[in-house]
Amino acid sequence: MQPFMLQCEGLTVSFDGIKAVDDLSLYLAQGEIRALIGPNGAGKTTLLDLITGKTKPTSGSVKFKTIELTHLREHEIVRVGVCRKFQTPSVYETLSVFENLEMAYPGSRNWYGAWLFKRTKQVIETVESVAERMGLAELLHATAGTLSHGQKQWLEIGMLLIQDPQVMLLDEPVAGMSVHEREKTIQLLQVLCQGRAVIVVEHDMDFVARIAHQVTVLHQGKSLAEGSMSAVQNDPKVIEVYLGH
Amino acid sequence: MKLSLKLDSPTSPKLSTERIAFWATAFIILVVFPVTLSAFRLGLIGKYLCYAFPALGLVLCWGYCGILSLGQGVFFGLGGYCMAMFLKLEASDKASTSIQSTPGIPDFMDWNQLKELPIFWLPFESLPLALLAVVLVPGLLALVVGLAMFKRRVTGVYFAIITQAIAAILSILIIGQQGYTGGVNGITDLKTMLGWDIRSDSAKLILYFVNAGFLLAAIAMSQHLLHSKLGRLLVAVRDREDRVRFTGYDVAQLKTFVFVLAAMLSAIGGAMFTLQVGFMSPSFVGIDPSIEMVVAAAVGGRVSVLGAVYGSLLVNFGKTFFSEHFPELWLFMMGVLFIAVVMAFPSGLAGINLAEIRTRLLKRFKSKPLLTPEPKAPETHDPSPSTGHAGGGL
Repeated sequence: MQPFMLQCEGLTVSFDGIKAVDDLSLYLAQGEIRALIGPNGAGKTTLLDLITGKTKPTSGSVKFKTIELTHLREHEIVRVGVCRKFQTPSVYETLSVFENLEMAYPGSRNWYGAWLFKRTKQVIETVESVAERMGLAELLHATAGTLSHGQKQWLEIGMLLIQDPQVMLLDEPVAGMSVHEREKTIQLLQVLCQGRAVIVVEHDMDFVARIAHQVTVLHQGKSLAEGSMSAVQNDPKVIEVYLGH
Repeated sequence: MKLSLKLDSPTSPKLSTERIAFWATAFIILVVFPVTLSAFRLGLIGKYLCYAFPALGLVLCWGYCGILSLGQGVFFGLGGYCMAMFLKLEASDKASTSIQSTPGIPDFMDWNQLKELPIFWLPFESLPLALLAVVLVPGLLALVVGLAMFKRRVTGVYFAIITQAIAAILSILIIGQQGYTGGVNGITDLKTMLGWDIRSDSAKLILYFVNAGFLLAAIAMSQHLLHSKLGRLLVAVRDREDRVRFTGYDVAQLKTFVFVLAAMLSAIGGAMFTLQVGFMSPSFVGIDPSIEMVVAAAVGGRVSVLGAVYGSLLVNFGKTFFSEHFPELWLFMMGVLFIAVVMAFPSGLAGINLAEIRTRLLKRFKSKPLLTPEPKAPETHDPSPSTGHAGGGL
């Protein structure tokens, strides 16, 4: 049997005695889109922090295929193939869209490599094709700071995509988007997520229902329920702590 | 702490303007100054230009990468001391120190009852080793400090304070260890380099040009760096450190690199300073000179490589001018100069945009706004107005 793409087991982290994530286990297969939902403070973003190495767990393990991630530093985890989009759009505002994408192009990641980095035809083509897919082809030379909120979100997703990650973690990818932009994002993600394992943190239930194969409901750092959106929505425990509010 | 800076997007077609500005600066330094100024004034300019090295390092490290170091004097001083130690040993041969109780060692060691040369002075008997030490000693110190700080994610004010503490420590150490370092007087009476008298007028002129050559090379190298992906990465680290880290880059490594580079540049300035001025003392190591270097970078424009040159010229010229004419008030006047420049032009002399000033002034006098669209980039890399300033002032 193939190992899981991402496998969290018994993951616990406590801040000053408060367990933000408490004995959590999560398994993701290739091609799966998993949504994480839960009230504020349920530990969704903290879980992403644990997977990406931003926070070190108090106990438990995170594995990408067979590689243990908890011992690696953040940039090493990225290089293995686990990429993350932040909650607020994080792009380099003073640089152009092209430069933003180029920066994420894998390779030449140490100081001398970056200094000697050449903008080859292959780099340009890859950047252009990703921009095309993200609907940013017309804006390649625009300064990223001038983009709309939705475009920044797409740019950041594009910056993940150019690295061709096997695991993508998306923290609120449609937050603050217009209905039209959201629609476009859903269609984009449905294509982009194929062949990868994806975790999406999102409050927008309609979005979650349309994109996720599986939903995990977090509450006080614990997994409260796991299953399809409809199953989770009808779970009395979930209704009580979350949807019932 | 964060100033809003309009940053020139490095791929925008600004290369040609930057090249013109570079050659204009080269022309001013290599032709205008030597032709128009007396030997004494040219010597002063040569000294000011030594301070452009640390300022240049700060432009890279602070302006582009957001790491404020208040300890660049440490590296300037170490570079200067490494050079001075070689020159001092050459000046302390047995014949000229025969009246000492231990001939053949530097005079201050003899005064402090040292009987033989301390081990760490031995490599400085060789010029190649001394020249290597000029860049390697400060570079290694910066590497150690950088790795220790940046791996632990020490940033911002905390980093600035630590570098300032290092500056204080080193100057106290040098002053305290009089027998080994020459103490508060520093290392003085430097005469020759491999038999070449560095005090003669011709030597001073040659050293001026050597210094100018190094400076222009350092500027060209910095511009090359800033136009590469590494330059864009530095900006990215300054603005969105986490995004860079989570794109697979080792941020600590990048920061350490730029800090070491800034330290080495600073050290070259220090060594050239020693050669041109003929001595080195702890007063170029401690907190005060380190802050003056930051002031020079800020006045010149902290995201302008050429601004570092004009900033250093203006600040050090101001220092000389004010201290000659207002001996009691000069420090305050330097403060006023700094505050005035930073308030009026937050991005320094290089940030002066003539078109924008004209628009602003015209707006004030006319009710009708001008149609000139506000240009986005030309704020940063356009040193021509500052050229007029510094050049005209001297």
